[in-house]
Amino acid sequence: MLEAQIHVTLKQSVLDPQGDTVKSALATLGFRGVEDCRVGKFLVLRLAERDLVKAKSQVDEMCRKLLANPVIEDYVFQIHEVPE
Amino acid sequence: MKFGVLIFPGTWSHQDFAHVFQDVLKVDWGYIWHKDTSVAGHDGLILPGGFAHGDYLRCGAIARFSPIMHAVVKFARDGGPVMGSCNGFQILCEAGLLPGALLRNESLQYRCRWVHMRTESTETPFTRMVGKGRVLKIPISHGEGRYFADPETLGRLRANDQIIFRYSTPDGAITDEANPNGALENIAGICNEGRNVLGLMPHPERASEALLGSEDGRLLFESVLSTALRR
Repeated sequence: MLEAQIHVTLKQSVLDPQGDTVKSALATLGFRGVEDCRVGKFLVLRLAERDLVKAKSQVDEMCRKLLANPVIEDYVFQIHEVPE
Repeated sequence: MKFGVLIFPGTWSHQDFAHVFQDVLKVDWGYIWHKDTSVAGHDGLILPGGFAHGDYLRCGAIARFSPIMHAVVKFARDGGPVMGSCNGFQILCEAGLLPGALLRNESLQYRCRWVHMRTESTETPFTRMVGKGRVLKIPISHGEGRYFADPETLGRLRANDQIIFRYSTPDGAITDEANPNGALENIAGICNEGRNVLGLMPHPERASEALLGSEDGRLLFESVLSTALRR
């Protein structure tokens, strides 16, 4: 079975106050080496489609139509085989 | 003139609009459920605030696919007046009827309080009677109201006079302090290129009676009614 793992993040041009707050919290804990932090979403889809090429094009369409908003977000995804 | 007030699962401001139409303005109105497929018989549409479909994924992202939205998009493309307030504004952006998007408040905190907004353009059915430059006192109630658009879109909004309201001080100065959510250029409300679709984060329906602290919001509805009468 194919599984898609999708990351949706705010575009670099979009201010991410949540990421900035997490970065500050990490600094407070002593993790001062974090230069930037962006908070996003992680989605895992199990797909009925068995053909990798078709699955890629379906997931891409899902991202464009619903899972990410192209005005503010970027997305990347990977598809791999998982046990049934 | 009959207003249609849309209800999605999770909408919460519909009764406030209904109260204003029924008891304050005494005009015809009706609810429209999100699974309906027609807006026939209505002359103006309201997308109220709330958390449509739980605001899952992104505010307005799921509501955009509710069955009624086909009819709303057609109504808007045909020039009918459509107002989205708060969550309604977010839905209109997700549906592509308005440009840009609404992001998490810069403070990361929900803001529920009075704000002032300056009227930047009277060239919409909702602001015709307001007066350019007039400052309105209206409440906000949102966690995701930071208006964002890329520089090209923002330039187009400015060039086409599509920025309708900006957060301001009570005397109309556009300052960072008056901006409750970090919106670009203090933008509180915009319209589409056709000027018949208005989205704004503040709640005019909660400021339509002196008893509630402001009657300024009523001007938006009275503008639509006067526009309809002139037709």
